[in-house]
Amino acid sequence: MKLKKNIAISESGFVFDPTSGESFSLNPIAIEILNLLQEGKGQIDISDFVLQKYDVDRDTFENNYFDFTGMLKQFNLTEKNN
Amino acid sequence: MEKAKYERPLINRINAGLPDKFGMSRTMEAITHIDTIPVKDLIDEYGSPVFVLSEKTIKDKLSQAKKAFTTRYPKVQFAWSYKTNYLNAVCQIYHREGSWAEVVSGFEYDKAIENGVAGNHIIFNGPDKSKDDLRKAIKNASLIHIDHFDELYTIMELAETMEETPKLAIRINMDTGIYPQWDRFGFNYENGDAWNALTRIMLNGKLELVGLHTHIGTYIMTPGAYGIATSKLAQLAVRIDQKFNHKIKYIDMGGGFASENTLKGAYLPGTDTCPSFDDYAEAITNALINSEINPEDLPVLFLETGRALIDDAGSLLGTVLANKRLADGRRSTIIDIGVNILFTSFWYEHHIVPAQNTTQHTEDTTIYGPLCMNIDVIRAAIQFPLMNKGEHIVISRIGAYNMTQWMQFITLRPNIVLIDSEKNVHVIRKNETRESMTDLENVPEYLNPSK
Repeated sequence: MKLKKNIAISESGFVFDPTSGESFSLNPIAIEILNLLQEGKGQIDISDFVLQKYDVDRDTFENNYFDFTGMLKQFNLTEKNN
Repeated sequence: MEKAKYERPLINRINAGLPDKFGMSRTMEAITHIDTIPVKDLIDEYGSPVFVLSEKTIKDKLSQAKKAFTTRYPKVQFAWSYKTNYLNAVCQIYHREGSWAEVVSGFEYDKAIENGVAGNHIIFNGPDKSKDDLRKAIKNASLIHIDHFDELYTIMELAETMEETPKLAIRINMDTGIYPQWDRFGFNYENGDAWNALTRIMLNGKLELVGLHTHIGTYIMTPGAYGIATSKLAQLAVRIDQKFNHKIKYIDMGGGFASENTLKGAYLPGTDTCPSFDDYAEAITNALINSEINPEDLPVLFLETGRALIDDAGSLLGTVLANKRLADGRRSTIIDIGVNILFTSFWYEHHIVPAQNTTQHTEDTTIYGPLCMNIDVIRAAIQFPLMNKGEHIVISRIGAYNMTQWMQFITLRPNIVLIDSEKNVHVIRKNETRESMTDLENVPEYLNPSK
């Protein structure tokens, strides 16, 4: 899973896709995940980060993570070959 | 170190200035308690889903309605509409608060008798009254509201053989300027059928005409329509007095007052558009007081309001079973409440909120029930907070009709509890078990699996 390189993410959770001109909003945990994805981190690293910081079990988070990355694909925010 | 509260990651597309069918994003207030009892405790104790009724809200609403009418008119009598919610505990609350019973079948009639209502305090409406039902009602001096000529002739036949004089009213349908005009019940005012029926009753020496009844529709948002209906009944009362020197004892305006639920397709929420009891009372009592009826002979005003009295008192508590994505990326949330127990979801956009506090983040969501059936949709489009499997939700204003129109389909019907005025919780209808259904079945001997 790789985010498009030209995606802009603000600290407050505002996402802008210059290719489509569309913008999106994120909740706080989604900001952290998108930043980690931009740093090139994979699902295991992101899961470890979230499980250490938040009160959630691995199965629940992984379920939610794949749902979230599915939405990133739905919104065309990921590289096509992912 | 204590970990932070988890909320699942969320991304929403921003459509500035373009509200869609999901509506504008807004904060949703959780309902964590009902009458001071935590929702979580109610579900832990009585299961999920569970219907909850509040005695306090029932009494408060009835008190508001009574105040609206009795401060404007000297003679008012409420009759509890059994079909709206005929759980015995609910009926008893209304009867103890002074309401008579309004029933529409032999089953409901017997229920009212079992609930201790005096026969002459039962109003018997509806198109389906058997000969035995009518005989019983005549014997008990109940108020029989005739729906059609066949019923009138059956009563005439019974009156020939019985000692008691039937106490009768007729139901009258009419044009009150609203659509749809309900014309399937009773006798029509404009085409003369109503006058014809009244004349036949008056000319028959063995019947007593005591009242006039109408019920102009359901969820009526226009109080003025009640004013028109009241004027027409008052004109009939005056005409009867003039022709037969006979005074009508009561005028029954039926029910149909709206509750604050939002109808599907409505532009504004019901909380903003629903008329108050005062609005309805003003229209009805003004029409009566300003009619040609002699002030000394003003009839008693009967009201059979159901929905507007009990909808707010009912809540349905449930649990999130799962979240999933639909093909177009929309979120769907599956809850354990289906259309089989929430019948009113076919016509209301029900008010659904979480039972625990959530963040301000919401998502375009479709809320489905648990039934393996495509039409099991509780809310087709709602901006809903991010909820996880196992978390609880509360659906408000479901006190009317759901506990009578519900059906056993795929799942069994759950517990119904009442929170009394002292905040004690009572089960007033036990949850069904498999045996509740199979005990009524019979497998012919040759199909018996043990053979």
